[in-house]
Amino acid sequence: METLLAMTLGCLVAAGVYLMLAGDLLRFLFGLTLISNAVNLAIFTSGRITVGGTPPLVPDGAYEPAGDVANALPQALILTAIVIGFGLFAFALVLTLKAYGLLGTIDIDKMRLSEAKPDEDKA
Amino acid sequence: MNSLILTTATRLIVAILLLFSMFMLLRGHNEPGGGFIGGLIGATGFVMYAIACGTSEARAALRVRPQQIAAAGLGVAALAGLSSGLLGDPIFTGEWLMIGASGDSKGLALSTVLLFDIGVYLVVMGGILTLVFALEEEI
Amino acid sequence: MSWYLAMPLMTPVLTAVAAYLLRGSGIGRWVAVAGSALGLVFALMLMNQVIAAGVVTGQMSDWPAPFGITLIADLFSGIMVLLTAGVGLAVAVYACGEIDDDLEEMGFFAIFQLLLAGVTGAFLTGDLFNLYVWFEVLLISSFGLLILGGTRQQIDGAVKYVVLNLVSTIIFLCGLGLLYGATGTLNMADLRLAVDNSDQQGLVTVLSMFFLVAFAMKAAVFPLFFWLPASYHTPTSAVSAIFAGLLSKVGVYALFRTFTLIFDNDPAYTQPILYVAAALTMVTGILGALAQTDMRRVMSYQIVSSIGFLILGLAIGTPLALAGAIFYLVHNIIVKVNLFLVAGVATRLCGSSEMSRMGGVYKTAPLVALLFLVPAFTLAGFPPLTGFWAKVLLVQAALEAGNWGMVALVLIVSLLTIWSLMIVWARVFWAAHPEGLEPRTADLAPVRLHLLLPIAALGLASILIGLFPNGLIVLVQAAAAQLLDPQAYVDAVLGGAP
Repeated sequence: METLLAMTLGCLVAAGVYLMLAGDLLRFLFGLTLISNAVNLAIFTSGRITVGGTPPLVPDGAYEPAGDVANALPQALILTAIVIGFGLFAFALVLTLKAYGLLGTIDIDKMRLSEAKPDEDKA
Repeated sequence: MNSLILTTATRLIVAILLLFSMFMLLRGHNEPGGGFIGGLIGATGFVMYAIACGTSEARAALRVRPQQIAAAGLGVAALAGLSSGLLGDPIFTGEWLMIGASGDSKGLALSTVLLFDIGVYLVVMGGILTLVFALEEEI
Repeated sequence: MSWYLAMPLMTPVLTAVAAYLLRGSGIGRWVAVAGSALGLVFALMLMNQVIAAGVVTGQMSDWPAPFGITLIADLFSGIMVLLTAGVGLAVAVYACGEIDDDLEEMGFFAIFQLLLAGVTGAFLTGDLFNLYVWFEVLLISSFGLLILGGTRQQIDGAVKYVVLNLVSTIIFLCGLGLLYGATGTLNMADLRLAVDNSDQQGLVTVLSMFFLVAFAMKAAVFPLFFWLPASYHTPTSAVSAIFAGLLSKVGVYALFRTFTLIFDNDPAYTQPILYVAAALTMVTGILGALAQTDMRRVMSYQIVSSIGFLILGLAIGTPLALAGAIFYLVHNIIVKVNLFLVAGVATRLCGSSEMSRMGGVYKTAPLVALLFLVPAFTLAGFPPLTGFWAKVLLVQAALEAGNWGMVALVLIVSLLTIWSLMIVWARVFWAAHPEGLEPRTADLAPVRLHLLLPIAALGLASILIGLFPNGLIVLVQAAAAQLLDPQAYVDAVLGGAP
């Protein structure tokens, strides 16, 4: 199962990098999201899915799991990372929208306003 | 959006969502739930209202600005965390007050943890609503 | 103990809440200033405690390390927290003069305080995952500050800043996940033990590169610095100043912390990389500064160059070099904030930060010109100002390490720094305005005190530290010794029982 997840996240990163290199801000952000999901998956996998076939579940009525189970802490870390990632992605999307409205383009190569040479139009 | 079905259903659904968000908030400590998910559900109620009746209506129904809810929540959470320090424990330790505890029954358990969760509820609700209202008005 | 650690952190959070709820009532901004002043008092108390006790730790919620959330301050953290509070107060006062009611209504002062909270948290945390969380707090606040106002130039700069910082965040997170998979802990003190005892040293070195890239990106180290000069000159000058002083330095702090505490297992691999990065950062930074025509962009590139000096200290890695780097950090934070604040005043006087549309400031506002000269001389490294002592320590460390090339490079880059400052002085302050316009001193008059007081205070701090450097030199040497022998740090967190 871990091998399958490792391959999945490899595919996600590959697709993400492809999108990030497309030269378009929106695609860049989608690529970034794919990679951030891949990273979350990597953290999830680093805690192992199961150890000896046991997921990290506490039986009903007990206070601790019986025997060895997979580490559940990475799932808590991912939860934090997903929430933060969601907030950042939402911000970045709004920023993209705003940039399109104000600059009229989201082609990364054409977004030179803050680095314009003095003789270029800055207004 | 002008949909009679949505507008009519929203009246009912918003009330249920807000009530459910309170339920999720209060059961949070030992069972699945808590301030975060409660805040999300509560925000969903107002988002539905905004979709059905427009953001200005939703803002009016909310009465205060969502940013203010978030700021107040941050304050509540921070003060709840600091309050345990006043009692001599490390900061952010949960302080419990069991009203009417007897034998096995824990009675009514009030705690700084709950206060912190209420802060989280407000921050999440305020934050999400700020975002959604801003996006709705932009588009 | 935990009060000392929690108050510098929680004061800005509570101040942010108060400043937001009171905004527009006329006292919101003054509440923010008062909160900053209170934060400075708490930071001083923490510093006092750290000097007395060596390392101050606190476990939040009483969960023992390595399971709970650890807050920890050694001398290095203490110095950084104190500086954060100090320049935070200065910029908050300046912002009272610069920020208009519209920006305050949008929550400028609240976001500014949250930024300070994020920076302080990053300095005080003893846990890598919490470091990630605090990075996000300061990142989200900095996004907010960067776009407040929303001019086209700001949005364009913000896109670059946001996007590259998101990439760095993801690399950091990826390293975190893999490191947890390899060692099973994220508490920094516990990680040190886990890395020491790991039988996969090669893997740990590979993982350390994730952190190197992620933090280097945040610190604007060559070749990952392009976002900095693309964005730092676009927002209001109070925001530029606090960004210039603190944000990239948080990345440097994280590099220092992780590469002395956790990833010091294979210096033969990491140090050459740091050397090359330091040298190229210094050189490209200053060459960039010489090529620019916008006053604030010149200074942005100077930040990049000064980051190179800091990384050089880490690369040499001797006690003297680290002491020099920490001294340089203290000097640079004060001076950079100061320079950007003066640049803000000069921009206000001339109506543009483009040097071809500036000039004549010396003639009409000699006091402003004088206030520019203090940080300029300090940055250039004239004795007896702080920049001089910092560079003396660094050059001495490089000489002791027998690294003549680096010594030459440091001196050449210092010379070029003077040149780039002279260009600014000559064009903005000395020469007459090219279009014959007079700087508008009338604009300055109503808020003169708010703008000039923090600049004067920071300049005075530079001069005083420069005249009496001994206390600080002893302090930074003790801080460097703590960094290089983290046993006290580890014991303080884990209670001496590994």
